[in-house]
Amino acid sequence: MTANFDKPLTERMHPDGSVVSLRAYERAGGYQAIRKVLRTGMTPMAVTEAVKESNLRGRGGAGFQTGLKWSFVPRGKDVPDPTYLVVNGDEMEPGTFKDRFLMEQDPHQLIEGAMVAAFAIEADIAYIFLRGEYTLASERLAHAIAEAYERQYLGKNILGSGYSLELYLHLSGGRYICGDETGLLNALEGKRANPRSKPPFPPSVGLFGKPTIVNNVETICCVPHIINRGAPWFQGLGRTKDGGTKLFGVSGKVKHPGLWELPMGTTVREILEEHAGGMRDGVKFRGLLPGGASTDFIVEEHLDLAMDFASLGKAGSRMGTGTMIVLDDHTCPVGMTWNLTHFFARESCGFCTPCWSGLGWADRILKAMEEGRGKSGDLDKLEFQTKMWAPGHTFCALAPGAAEPVQSALKYFREDFERHIQEHRCPWS
Amino acid sequence: MAIVYVDNKPCEMNPEENLLHGCLSNGFKLPYFCWHPALGSVGACRQCAVTQFRDENDSHGKIVMSCMTPAAEGTRISIADPEAVAFRAGIIEGLMLNHPHDCPVCDEGGECHLQDMTVMTGHDYRHYEFEKRTFRNQNLGPLVNHEMNRCIQCYRCVRYYADYAGGNDLNAFALRDRVFFGRAEDGVLENEFSGNLVEICPTGVFTDKTLKQHYARKWDQQFAPSVCVHCALGCNTDAGERYGTLRRIVNRYNHEVNGYFLCDRGRFGYEFVNDERRFRQPLLKGQPASAASARRYLDEKIAQGRVIGIGSPRASLEANFSLRTLVGPDHFYSGMADHEGKLIRLMIEILRRGPVRTPTLGEIEKSDAVFILGEDLTNVAPRMALSVRQSVRQQPMEAVKKLKIPLWLDFGVRDAMQDAKGPLYIATLHGTRLDDVATATFHAAPDDLARLGFAVAHALDSSAPAVPQADDWPLANEIARALKGAKKPLVICGASCGSEAVIQAAANVAMAAHAALSFTAPECNSVGAALMGGKPLSAAFQAVRDGDADTVIILENDLYRRAPHAEMDSVLKAAPHVIVLDHLPNPTTEKAELILPAGTFAESDGTFISSEGRAQRFFQVCMPENEVLASWRWLKPDHWENLDDVLRATAEALPQLAAIRDAAPSSKFRIAGAKIPRSPHRESGRTAALVHINISEPKTPEDPDSALSFSMEGTPDQPPAALIPFFWSPSWNSIQAVNTYQKEVGGPLRGGDAGVRLFEPSPKNGQAYFSAIPAAFQPRENDWLLVPMYHIFGSDELSLQAPAIRELAVMPHVAINSDEFAEGMEVEVTLADGTFRLPVRIHREMPAGIAAVSVGSPPLLAVQVPGWGKIARAK
Amino acid sequence: MLTAEEIREIETEAEHYPKRAAVCIDALKIVQRHRGWVSDESVRDIAEHLGMSTTDVDSIATFYNLIFRKPVGRHVVMVCDSVSCWIMGYERIRAHLRERLGIEHGQTTSDDRFTMLPIVCLGCCDHAPAMMVDGDLHSDLNPQKIDSALEKYK
Repeated sequence: MTANFDKPLTERMHPDGSVVSLRAYERAGGYQAIRKVLRTGMTPMAVTEAVKESNLRGRGGAGFQTGLKWSFVPRGKDVPDPTYLVVNGDEMEPGTFKDRFLMEQDPHQLIEGAMVAAFAIEADIAYIFLRGEYTLASERLAHAIAEAYERQYLGKNILGSGYSLELYLHLSGGRYICGDETGLLNALEGKRANPRSKPPFPPSVGLFGKPTIVNNVETICCVPHIINRGAPWFQGLGRTKDGGTKLFGVSGKVKHPGLWELPMGTTVREILEEHAGGMRDGVKFRGLLPGGASTDFIVEEHLDLAMDFASLGKAGSRMGTGTMIVLDDHTCPVGMTWNLTHFFARESCGFCTPCWSGLGWADRILKAMEEGRGKSGDLDKLEFQTKMWAPGHTFCALAPGAAEPVQSALKYFREDFERHIQEHRCPWS
Repeated sequence: MAIVYVDNKPCEMNPEENLLHGCLSNGFKLPYFCWHPALGSVGACRQCAVTQFRDENDSHGKIVMSCMTPAAEGTRISIADPEAVAFRAGIIEGLMLNHPHDCPVCDEGGECHLQDMTVMTGHDYRHYEFEKRTFRNQNLGPLVNHEMNRCIQCYRCVRYYADYAGGNDLNAFALRDRVFFGRAEDGVLENEFSGNLVEICPTGVFTDKTLKQHYARKWDQQFAPSVCVHCALGCNTDAGERYGTLRRIVNRYNHEVNGYFLCDRGRFGYEFVNDERRFRQPLLKGQPASAASARRYLDEKIAQGRVIGIGSPRASLEANFSLRTLVGPDHFYSGMADHEGKLIRLMIEILRRGPVRTPTLGEIEKSDAVFILGEDLTNVAPRMALSVRQSVRQQPMEAVKKLKIPLWLDFGVRDAMQDAKGPLYIATLHGTRLDDVATATFHAAPDDLARLGFAVAHALDSSAPAVPQADDWPLANEIARALKGAKKPLVICGASCGSEAVIQAAANVAMAAHAALSFTAPECNSVGAALMGGKPLSAAFQAVRDGDADTVIILENDLYRRAPHAEMDSVLKAAPHVIVLDHLPNPTTEKAELILPAGTFAESDGTFISSEGRAQRFFQVCMPENEVLASWRWLKPDHWENLDDVLRATAEALPQLAAIRDAAPSSKFRIAGAKIPRSPHRESGRTAALVHINISEPKTPEDPDSALSFSMEGTPDQPPAALIPFFWSPSWNSIQAVNTYQKEVGGPLRGGDAGVRLFEPSPKNGQAYFSAIPAAFQPRENDWLLVPMYHIFGSDELSLQAPAIRELAVMPHVAINSDEFAEGMEVEVTLADGTFRLPVRIHREMPAGIAAVSVGSPPLLAVQVPGWGKIARAK
Repeated sequence: MLTAEEIREIETEAEHYPKRAAVCIDALKIVQRHRGWVSDESVRDIAEHLGMSTTDVDSIATFYNLIFRKPVGRHVVMVCDSVSCWIMGYERIRAHLRERLGIEHGQTTSDDRFTMLPIVCLGCCDHAPAMMVDGDLHSDLNPQKIDSALEKYK
């Protein structure tokens, strides 16, 4: 059942994966949003209001209302100069591959979105913070930025409007915590990427102490379309109360792992069975992480829930990045949990105790368990650790994210953990 | 004050502070690590978790970090909530995962904040069964030991060292559960305040390496409240000894003076007390003599008359006064070189007359515009440099306040502030270690420094004399504007340039700007000695040369540091009898007929007056061994029995010093009838100390001079600030116990901080501007103007005797800006006093025609600087 | 000593920031791109060039995964060991590489040709398992594809 709906994010993309050139982007209606903003005398506040009205929510995982965040930026003459827009292209959440897709295939969409967003918050300088491993994306973005400068879409006095914007591409040194909003700011400042405590919030004290907005790549990509086609149109794209489309993905032992632009609120089942083709022959579904490594497992009974910001809360989970990781019945849940925990433990920045100490401990417990050296009491220790990692208990969201797969695995696959302990081996190996 | 409910109990808390601060100030036992009253909150360790409730009806609450939550009116929290209790125990468990079982062999044991917090949370069982991460330690130099396996990653060390003290060779490396705190490679920690790491670190990662050479547990040491003897700032310390060996110096909190920190010279310079070359018995004509025979000899010489006494700016007021009484005021001479004495007296006069006021070190931190004229603070008055470094944050704080960021939110404040700094202008001869936070620096000869000062004063107040040919000096105008626009402007000056004009210029600036005025002075009792008076030192030498003195008594003073070598040789040779009281051999003691073993600060009681004009008492840590005696006890008249008698006599004879009696309670002071024990109540081995000499338990030595006892027996109550030998409270064995002595954590000690300020002029006092403006410095063709240069490690007589300090001491050299010489080249410097061979260090910031020479350590102990001399390449 | 080219590249990046110290990570990556890894000497050189202390620069360098503070072979093979690749066969890939190259994670072949390291999710989860060699992404891996992919890296 392929319904007819708009796919603003991907409609210009080429099936062979080659990049949408500047000319192709313009021919398809690109750079009209920025023209509209600059030439029809829209004020920054008006652009902000339009995005606010669209109810666009951040697609990096947190889901904060984008327009509302933009409205927190102080404006006017007394505001310390410059204001910054930072695009978070540090996609490192395991199982997540949507931003790479957007940046590699249609870089100008991101650039235009960044321009409109920068204008809306009266930013003078914008950075795209790109993870260092995304080599192809960095080449294509660098090229696209150069093209945009040449066409005078960037730099001084854009399109004769008097608005100036510098856009720089920064490649990260490589650390998951750079994807955290304030960790990113520290990384961009050339420091260790420890996150910052909030308050103060980036719109008040951000990059180099100046007002700053950090937005995810996918979020920014939505912006030109909202301006071009209006907030009600954007709202109407979604099936539930969240508006817009979303890039949803599936990885794991399904027939067609992939990425699809679908209406916000599409059900888990539709994505899994219709687009990803369901499980491969010979394996059965056991559960999935709906939105990357730091989301809680959901199981069969939850498959009809909508993928949007709120609905998965009923299952004790969340949409996260919207890219699902599927667990099949031939894959060990303990091994999967260990793999996830090992990732988080390795990426801990080392600032707050429950994270740097507790994740390391959980990593070692799960490794021992998987290798047949689990002990009774291990599950209690793991459960206690997940409580230590609850939001508010730690300095940032990394450890609370690590808690999600562990606590839900213990809930849904407890017998598998117990078998490892009792049988002194991994039954799957 | 705000009302915060803690476990339903209403408590008063400062709403500008955070909940942790409030809970600790209210005496709650709330564990924490990464927060520090001087460093603020960062929220790293998560140890201080409490449960916060929305309102009275919320029975579940959520965990918050008390150090990161404002103590707002109406806040409701619980410390005892089971979830918070379990969480805090879980944090300790997390910290102990990788922590080695080192307690029995760890120097921190017994005063370890990690131990205390572990006990406080109730966590007591190791469930972790995997390997611990380990590190290779670094050799960080002779002062601070490094044992990284013990680290709990609280980040206090790097926050203190880099953010607070301005060091850039200590940082965090790697991440997750194996963060390493150290240097890029092994090497001496470069920052002059590195020693505070041993108190900042809550575990045994950074410990006192000098203590390690002769280790004793805190509970086993005998302590006394003391005052640092290595500069004139008078930082408060506690000295700890065991079995007659001084083991270490720790910071004694004084809100107005040193706060939580000392400099490395003060912390580690004490080893001279233990030097095996110490005089432990009198030496009469080179032979050991009994105390009785020494006294007989002394009495004989006194009886014979024509005795003069030379005092000392490093000896206590009591010692100086006893000498003065013994020889009579007409025969008592200042122990300072004439010129230096003149400068000190000038500074004192300026501060006494007013209207400018001299601030405390604590107040210096809060200054929002500072002008340093002629002083290399880091090397001359180090603790003041640390305060000035904090002061440049004051003005930018205003912008931070507008953003409504609480000032205790350390990283939030720093992110908001970025590199903004308040005005700090440093005008010295050569570059200083504060230059990195200066708005502008100006390097010139002393006369030109003075001219700058006079020009600033004139720019502030046209009635102050103008500097000829320098009417509109842009830098002077800029400095004037900065001082004028500040709420708490400060001028800092001192005697280091050897220039009266510089001091007078600073006074003019302070008066014109209505600013505070701080003077530095060379030695721990320079100001006290100057107030005591005494005839000029040169007159003493003349008296000897004229044959008017048969006996010269020299008190704790190596005169070879006061006058040229040749002159001292001839004076001391001419004196028929030379009696010296001192601790260690020096060129002066070589010439003495009788040497009386003088007690150091660790073996004596006494009073110093700091450069702030604060009279502070220090107390002996132990009974001296053998015949060592406090100098005043060697010299006093028989009818003075104890320290109080000396103080009374001093106050009567010298009314300008009367207030010194109030520096500490008298020997009669008791708390509920009991004395104050010098030792913690768990001290062990006191009665067994002499068992190898005599099996019978000796009587506890009595201390007639103070309210302290040489014992662990006495009052368990907190003594007044001047009498605190060590900080300890139930559950708080570490230095964090200081919290329990303060009314509000981070604030003054309960009952007031130690010391009495002598200079509090009325702001209404008028004082005429000084008007003797020197001409501009003119370099000479073949001569160089030589000016003294001081080194924190090297220029101070006593600390240089400590092996660790000697290891760090800068090799004496000539600092010069010249193409004639190359870096490292050996040159011969010829002055009136002689020719000295020194290596060259090129300083491009220095003006032409002028060179700075290291003073205070051989070969340049007492050069007549400033003075003209020649510099030539050595053959 | 930094080469003129390295300095030129660093200064180009430095123009993007209001503070010199902010280009530190870019500087480390630039030097690494030229030399393969960042030595102690390079850390000192970068520190001097940026007016920072060696300790501060190394503190930053040792935080980041993509900055190598130890020598590496001519080519760096980064094998994704995150969850999707793990589900789709990371262990087999790693075993194959271990066998073909004769090294474990963190080691370099004796001929200095390859260094093998683990890497976090490469954003290639729908074509797992994946690896990155010198910045080139190789996906849908199996032993044959690995062998032929490695061929071109001499």
